[in-house]
Amino acid sequence: MAGHSNYVPQSAGAKWLESRLPVISLVRGSFVDFPTPKNLNYWWTFGGILFFILISQIITGIVLVMHYTPSTTAAFDSVEHIMRDVNFGWMLRYLHANGASMFFIAVYIHMFRGMYYGSYKAPREISWILGVIIFLIMMGTGFMGYVLPWGQMSFWGATVITNLFSAIPLVGDAIRTWLWGGFAVDNPTLNRFFSLHYLLPFMIFGVVILHVWAFHTTGNNNPTGVQPKTKQDTVPFHPYYTIKDLFAIIMFMILFAWFVFYVPNYMGHPDNYIEANPLVTPAHIVPEWYFLPFYAILRAVPDKLGGVVAMFGAIAILFVLPWLDTSKVRSGTYRPLFKQFFWIFALVCVALGYLGAMPAEGTYVILARICTVYYFAHFLIILPMLGFFEKPRPLPASISEAVLKGGSGKPAGAAAASETK
Amino acid sequence: MSTMIKMVRSLAAVAAVAIATPALAAGDPPHIERQQWSFAGPFGFFDRGQLQRGFKVYREVCSSCHGLRQVAFRTLAQDGGPSFTEEQAKQIASEYTVMDGPDDDGEMFERPAILADKFPSPFPNEQAARAANGGAYPPDFSLLAKARAAHRGFPWFVFDAFTQYQEQGPDYIYALLTHYPEEAPACLGEDFSGYYNPKFLGGSMPADCAHEHLTGGPIGMAPPLSEELVEYTDGTPMTVDQYARDVSAFMMWAAEPHLEERKKIGFRVMVFLIVFAGLLYFTKKKLWRNVEH
Repeated sequence: MAGHSNYVPQSAGAKWLESRLPVISLVRGSFVDFPTPKNLNYWWTFGGILFFILISQIITGIVLVMHYTPSTTAAFDSVEHIMRDVNFGWMLRYLHANGASMFFIAVYIHMFRGMYYGSYKAPREISWILGVIIFLIMMGTGFMGYVLPWGQMSFWGATVITNLFSAIPLVGDAIRTWLWGGFAVDNPTLNRFFSLHYLLPFMIFGVVILHVWAFHTTGNNNPTGVQPKTKQDTVPFHPYYTIKDLFAIIMFMILFAWFVFYVPNYMGHPDNYIEANPLVTPAHIVPEWYFLPFYAILRAVPDKLGGVVAMFGAIAILFVLPWLDTSKVRSGTYRPLFKQFFWIFALVCVALGYLGAMPAEGTYVILARICTVYYFAHFLIILPMLGFFEKPRPLPASISEAVLKGGSGKPAGAAAASETK
Repeated sequence: MSTMIKMVRSLAAVAAVAIATPALAAGDPPHIERQQWSFAGPFGFFDRGQLQRGFKVYREVCSSCHGLRQVAFRTLAQDGGPSFTEEQAKQIASEYTVMDGPDDDGEMFERPAILADKFPSPFPNEQAARAANGGAYPPDFSLLAKARAAHRGFPWFVFDAFTQYQEQGPDYIYALLTHYPEEAPACLGEDFSGYYNPKFLGGSMPADCAHEHLTGGPIGMAPPLSEELVEYTDGTPMTVDQYARDVSAFMMWAAEPHLEERKKIGFRVMVFLIVFAGLLYFTKKKLWRNVEH
C-alpha cells in the first residue's frame, strides 16, 4: 500500500508529519499512485459502489438514531414520527431502508464477479475470506435493522430466526433465552438488536480496511486473471479509476434514487406497516428479499436442525471456496466448461430466492430441495472435478497482449502504449 | 346533527357485524384491479378536491369505527395534503374532543382538539373496539394504504418496479369497498348472518366453499357506503364508486403525507444525476483515450 507511493513531501509541515506518521504516503500509495490493472471492466466498480453505500448507510443511520426510540411501545410510532414530522425524515428513512437492499444487490454482484473471475484464488484467499466475513456481518446488521421499526414482519422475522438457535442440541433453549434476554422476543431483544445494529457497521468498516489492505498487497485481480507483468499492464488508481468508479457510483445512485423516490416500499413488506402484535401471526412470514435464497435452503430440509445446518453451511462453504476450486486458471473467460456451470449456479441462486418467497408446500418444496442439492454440489463436486476434466483455453502472455488482441472490441490501430503520468 | 348521524351509523354497523366463522380454509388470493390515480407515476400529485371529499367520507362514515391516530390536525393544512386553510383545520380540530391532563387538581379533563393534536381514536383500546364490533377489529387508517397490497406473483412483480406500481393499497381499498355482493354465497350456510367480500384479504372461507373457488371471505364490516350517503357540494357524483375512490385517495395521503414532495424532489434528483453521469462519462472517456484497455 504505502510502498506504492511516489510521494516526496515538499513543504516543511508535510515533512514533519511524514517523518512521524506517514499517513499522506499511505493514502497516496493506496488510492492515488496505486498501480491497478488497466483492463478492469465495470464489474470491478462494485467495490467502490459498496464503499459508497456503507458510508451512506452510516450517515443516514446516525441521523435516524437521533429521532428513533428503541422501545416496544414507542419504536413503531417513532418511525412514523420520522416519516411525518422530521424534516426530510421520510427521505432519510427511505434512503436507509432501500440502502440496505442496494447494499445487498451490490454485494451479490461483487461476489459473483469474484467467483466468475476466480478472484478468490491464490494469492487472494485472505481478501476473499475477509469479504465473506463482511457479508456475514452485513447479514446480521440487515436482519437486526429490519427488527427496529417493530412492525409485524420485524417481530415475526425476529421470532423465526432466533427460534432457529433452539435447534442446537442440549444448549439450544438456553442460547435462545440468552439471545432474547427473556422468554420471548420483547423489549430486551429490541434494545440489544438496536445496540448491535449501531455497532456492526463500524465493524464492517474495520474489516473493509483489512479487505482493501489484503488485495492491495497482492494487487487487483483482473478479467484475464493474468498477473500484471510490466508497467504497461497497469495505470495509477487516480485519476483513471477514481473517475471510472465515480461514474459507476453515480449510475448506481440513479437506480438507488429510482427506488427511494418512486417505489420506496417495493422492497419492503406491507405487513411491516402494521405494528408488532405477538398475538397475531401473519399468514406468510417472509424475510427481506436478500435472505430468501438462504431461507429456501433452511426450509428445504425436513429436519429443523438439519435445515439450520444447511443454511449456515451454505454461507460457511464460501470460506473454503479457494481450496475447492482445483483449476489452475483464474478467469472464467478462459474456462469454457466452468463458464456454463457458473451461469447455471447463478440461475439456481435466483431460483432459490424465488422459492424462498413462496409458501413451503407442494412443488415448491421439491424444487427447493433440488436447488439446494445443486447449490452444494456446485461447490463440493463440480468445482473440484472441473479442475481435472476441463481443458482451458490458452492464456494471454500479459494483460497488454490480451487487450491488443481485441478482447474489448476496440479497433486494432488505436494507440497501444498507456501514457500514464 | 352530524354527531346524531354518526351515532346512528355506528349503531347500525355494530348491529350488523358478523360473528363466528367455523372451519376455515385458505382460498385463492383475490384479483385486485389496477386503478387510475392522480398520485401515481413520477409526476403524481394529490387532487385537493378529492382529498377534501375523501376526508368528508372518512369523517362522516368511517371515523365511527376507524381511527387515524398518527395524523395531526395541522397536517390538514399542510402543503401536499387536502390544503384546508389554517382556519378550516382549526375548525375541524375543534369539533373533536381529546383527553388532556392531569390539571392542577390531578384530574384528567376533556377539551376541544387544537391543530397540534392528532385525531382521537373512536375506541380507547383494541379490546373495546372488538367488544363494540362483535369481535372484529376495525384497523386504524393512518397507514392502512401502505399496509395492504394486491397479490401480484411472477412476473408481474418484476414489471411493477419499472412501471412504478405503488398504489396497491388504494387499489385494494377501492376494490374492497365496491365489491360487496348482494348476497353472501350459499355455501356459507343458511344461518350465516354476516357479510362476505370477495376481495377481503383477511378472510378465509369454510371448507364447504372449497369447490366454488371463491376469493376473499366473511368480513366484519357491513357495506359502509351507499348512494348519496355523504353530501358533495362541488357537483361530484354521489355514488359508491366515487366515495370509494375519494376515501382511498385520502387514505393514501394519510399514509404517505409527503408523497408529492418526494416525487418532486425525486425528479430533480434524477435530472441532476443523469446530467452529472453524462458529463462524467465523457470526462472518463477523454481521460482514458490514450490507454488501450
